[in-house]
Amino acid sequence: MELLSFGNNGWGDELLRATLMTVAVAIVALFIGFLFASIIVSFKLSKNKILITLGNAYTTIFRGVPELLIIYLFFFGGSGAIMYVAKIFGHNGYIEINAFLTGAISIGIISGAYSTEVLRGAIQSIKLNQFEGAKALGLKKTVYFLKVIMPQVLRLAIPNIGNVWQITLKDTSLISVTGLVEIMRQSYMAAGYTRNPLFFYLFAGVLYLILTTFSVHFFNKLEKKYNFIH
Amino acid sequence: MNMLIENIPKLFKASILTIELTIFSLIIGIFIGLFFAILRLSKNKIIFNFAYYYSFIFRGTPLLVQIFIIYFGLAQLDFIRDSFMWIVLKKPFACAILAFSLNTGAYTSEIFRSGFEKIDKNILEAAKALGISNLNTFIKIKLPIAIRQSLPAYGNEMILMLKGTSLASTITLIDLTGAAKHIISTNFNPVEVFIFAGSIYLFFTFLIHNLIKFAEKKMSHN
Repeated sequence: MELLSFGNNGWGDELLRATLMTVAVAIVALFIGFLFASIIVSFKLSKNKILITLGNAYTTIFRGVPELLIIYLFFFGGSGAIMYVAKIFGHNGYIEINAFLTGAISIGIISGAYSTEVLRGAIQSIKLNQFEGAKALGLKKTVYFLKVIMPQVLRLAIPNIGNVWQITLKDTSLISVTGLVEIMRQSYMAAGYTRNPLFFYLFAGVLYLILTTFSVHFFNKLEKKYNFIH
Repeated sequence: MNMLIENIPKLFKASILTIELTIFSLIIGIFIGLFFAILRLSKNKIIFNFAYYYSFIFRGTPLLVQIFIIYFGLAQLDFIRDSFMWIVLKKPFACAILAFSLNTGAYTSEIFRSGFEKIDKNILEAAKALGISNLNTFIKIKLPIAIRQSLPAYGNEMILMLKGTSLASTITLIDLTGAAKHIISTNFNPVEVFIFAGSIYLFFTFLIHNLIKFAEKKMSHN
């Protein structure tokens, strides 16, 4: 228990901060994912063949290639791209880009591929006569999209968004390879310092279990709250 | 570009390890999954809870935690270091297989469980009426139906496991992702290497996808 105390002797406060970091990265990544998903889903549902191909390429690549490989691409590629730009302006040497941003963007893009499929499924399950009904009522396109379609899409998508959130939350553990101090990185440091990897990795597992269990309850509640039709 | 061409044999060699890890883990994982799915059908609370919490723990934590506990954590216990298990557990390859199969086993057990639950009750009643024994009903009726219904979801799990094997690179193994990272960090050509290694993964994904499609077709003929 001493290992988990707060202050200089224990790792309690460090691990608490790392847990908050995990949650923060996961939330930012989920929203970056939504942003990508809302754009890509419009590609996939369009009638333009090029846009459809682009959309399919996005979801196929980011759901079929390992997360770790994608993180390495952004981690090494990101700083490489910035150093290249800096060289043009006469700055030589190594520049490391922000690990939080790299992590959130790479996990976010992966999460976006899953969210795209979730949104697509939800939009396609809305009956076509509703689109016609909205048109017959003379609703403007933006109004019927925001007030008629979107609320239903979100309601239908809640359980699956819950699944995407779980995937995203667990994927953040992989950002530890870039040095961002979230749960895994902090446990790695504590394990190395105290030479007690079993305890700290088990404890990391417990922290993730708490987060995922709490998330399941949260999404179940959300689903019940908005499931007023049935 | 020349850097990439020089390194292509390395990437292909590493792909073999990725294939080995995926196939071994999936095969062991199927047995673990089936075993725990059958336990979940039990009316005994202790057996049921054991299977339930197994799946809960392995699905609720990241694979990275599981592989670190097995590779770095277990080595800390003296009784494991002194036992015959150490011969296996000191090898990163065996630790990776152990972690991956336990992980995919948990997901597979959920897939099989829902496959069993979806079986039409009328079929089971018909089996009873025909006087088919419980064991025969299970092996010849329940199991094939459950497997057939689980196929699409299991295909996804196979792809997830293929991607999961990339974590082997965190415990010193040089799999496809590990080799790609090594080449990127020495030559600094992330985009080319990513495209090449990514294509190999996508090719495997494509193979799995078609394998499942083939199996679905084959099994629906019966």
